[in-house]
Amino acid sequence: MPIRTVFKAQIDHLQILDENGVLDEKLAKDTLTDEQVVFLYEQMNICRHLDEVAFKLQRSGRMGTYPQNKGQEAAALGSGFAARKGKDWLVPCYRENAALFLHGLPMEKILLHWMGDERGNQIPEGVNVTPISIPIGTQMLHATGMAWAFKLRKEDRAVITYFGDGATSEGDFHEAMNFATTLNVPVVFFCQNNQWAISVPREIQMNSETVAQKAIAYGAHAIQVDGNDLFAVYKASKDALSRARSGGGVTLIEAVTYRLGDHTTADDARRYRDEAEVASWRAKDPIIRTRKYLEGKGLWNDTRQQEIEDRAKVIVAEVVRNAEGIESPSIDDIFDYTFETIDPELETQKRTLRTSSLGQKPEQAGLEAERR
Amino acid sequence: MANLTLVQAINLALTQEMEADSRVVILGEDVGKNGGVFRVTEGLQARFGADRVVDTPLAESGIMGTAIGLAMAGMRPIPEIQFEGFLGPAYDQLVNHAARFRTRTRGAITVPLTIRVPVGGGIHAPELHSDSPEAIYAHTPGLKVVMPSTPYDAKGMLISAIRDPDPVLFFEPKRIYRAFREEVPEDEYTVPIGQAKIVTEGTDLTVVSWGASVVQCLEAIDQLPEDVSAELIDLRTIYPIDADTIAASVEKTGRCVIVHEAPKTCGMGAEIATIIQERCFLHLEAPVQRVCGFDTVMPYYKLELEYLPDAKRIGEAIGQCLAY
Repeated sequence: MPIRTVFKAQIDHLQILDENGVLDEKLAKDTLTDEQVVFLYEQMNICRHLDEVAFKLQRSGRMGTYPQNKGQEAAALGSGFAARKGKDWLVPCYRENAALFLHGLPMEKILLHWMGDERGNQIPEGVNVTPISIPIGTQMLHATGMAWAFKLRKEDRAVITYFGDGATSEGDFHEAMNFATTLNVPVVFFCQNNQWAISVPREIQMNSETVAQKAIAYGAHAIQVDGNDLFAVYKASKDALSRARSGGGVTLIEAVTYRLGDHTTADDARRYRDEAEVASWRAKDPIIRTRKYLEGKGLWNDTRQQEIEDRAKVIVAEVVRNAEGIESPSIDDIFDYTFETIDPELETQKRTLRTSSLGQKPEQAGLEAERR
Repeated sequence: MANLTLVQAINLALTQEMEADSRVVILGEDVGKNGGVFRVTEGLQARFGADRVVDTPLAESGIMGTAIGLAMAGMRPIPEIQFEGFLGPAYDQLVNHAARFRTRTRGAITVPLTIRVPVGGGIHAPELHSDSPEAIYAHTPGLKVVMPSTPYDAKGMLISAIRDPDPVLFFEPKRIYRAFREEVPEDEYTVPIGQAKIVTEGTDLTVVSWGASVVQCLEAIDQLPEDVSAELIDLRTIYPIDADTIAASVEKTGRCVIVHEAPKTCGMGAEIATIIQERCFLHLEAPVQRVCGFDTVMPYYKLELEYLPDAKRIGEAIGQCLAY
């Protein structure tokens, strides 16, 4: 018997808006309108400003550890915009703030989360996003299960789930891809390949040339896109979501982007990566690129830039006020939300805590005087 | 009424809940066409279809994680983990996600999920098929853990678990899957989670146990001299523990022997002994005794009957407790 090839594969890379803000008109057909690009560009600016303010809040001790989203706004917004608000679901990691806001998540929820307050995860009814997910990669299985439920109930919905390049090393990524494809549920896997998993670069993280090719083993569709290109991200996500909803299969999208900031405020990326590399990616910043495009089309100028930056300041200032102004959480909550109905042991512990100094505010326990 | 084994009682509960609630789906390894390796789900796929009784890929984290997603989206999934030894790969999803969603979202997202898991030793099974890890999960905030020991309780508690708004880890003692039969009502009924059962009433000494060990305890009590009156409590629910029933009994008897298959250190026996000293200190006539597995790896099956508490060891502990 001769040797024959039983399987061949290739991975396509999609770019529509290049680094100089030049658009491939043909590929851009039926993607984003001028009005939509302006709107998304404004969102990028608002989210970038929130990101910078969040960083400062952490540095000034007003917020805990925070992972900056800086540089990845096009990946979040292009994909989030492709999902239908109120119908499709977003199951995020923690660098997709812009997509979550687009789907109605109040911005202060994100700050609350990083301020150490569970109410940041208390997503309002009707906002189809799940809370930020901290352990790496586990949320992909939840997304798959949710999509499975929608399929069983024959609901017209799809789920898009986000994760990083590092998460593709986790078993849950592979289990989720395998479950999703064997069950053929309407889920899209969106990898924000930002090149770094804390200090470990993509080349050490995996031996495969692309993240996208991992889809092939599971019989999923695969595409690599320029993750800083709003148009390419939008198109690939829209195609993948439509395909998912129509039962046409699961897609893995690899959005090639870059983490311009540190992993979190607790990290210092200068310890492990070259400034030259960061500088080269700074030039590919999605905000710069999108602005160039809009200016080229006469849709943007310095005045409008000033306007959006001023507006971002007003919006974010109010978000910070709301997040900082919320009343303190009650220690009762930790007991009351463990189960729907509190059990006798927890009730006893709750009562004990309330009647001991540990359960009281410092002044109630007489500690205030001591502190003075 | 029908005379059913524990396996049949569980199958009946699953059938009736699937009949009553279209949100209930079963997923796991070999649960469909094969009816599960213990045949607990036998006939269910034929009856309810491959969409509701689903043979999944062989991946426990995948089973647990997708079950969580199903529950988050409003279904009532019943994942099966084939043996307790394979809960390991699902641990992260169970402990870090299923058990935490309600509290970390302050009630916005809940995970009503019943995880069925055959548990314990005594069936000459291979490695990692005979452990008793209930204490690990009782130590996990946000999880309920149950282990019925009779067909009647198994049916009623499984129905309670499926209807429960929070995740319930439902351990099925495999040693007594088919060990005996019991009259089980045809109609649906519930046995509440969180309530222990007094199996035999007595005044001289309390024996607390659960799962397959309840059978060993009954055997030990049968062999006691006629003038000894032992009270046997089947804990049934590991968490939330029914401290009131235990305390009321020990206040009456003043003596207690706790029996479980799991290793001794940090086993549930330690928790129960503490509850007793907190609540019954002045009633105690003797130190609380524990008859447990050992702090060793569960041996292969040639030695498993020496590892597991049997009537002889239990009887000796009872004797010592009474003689103190």
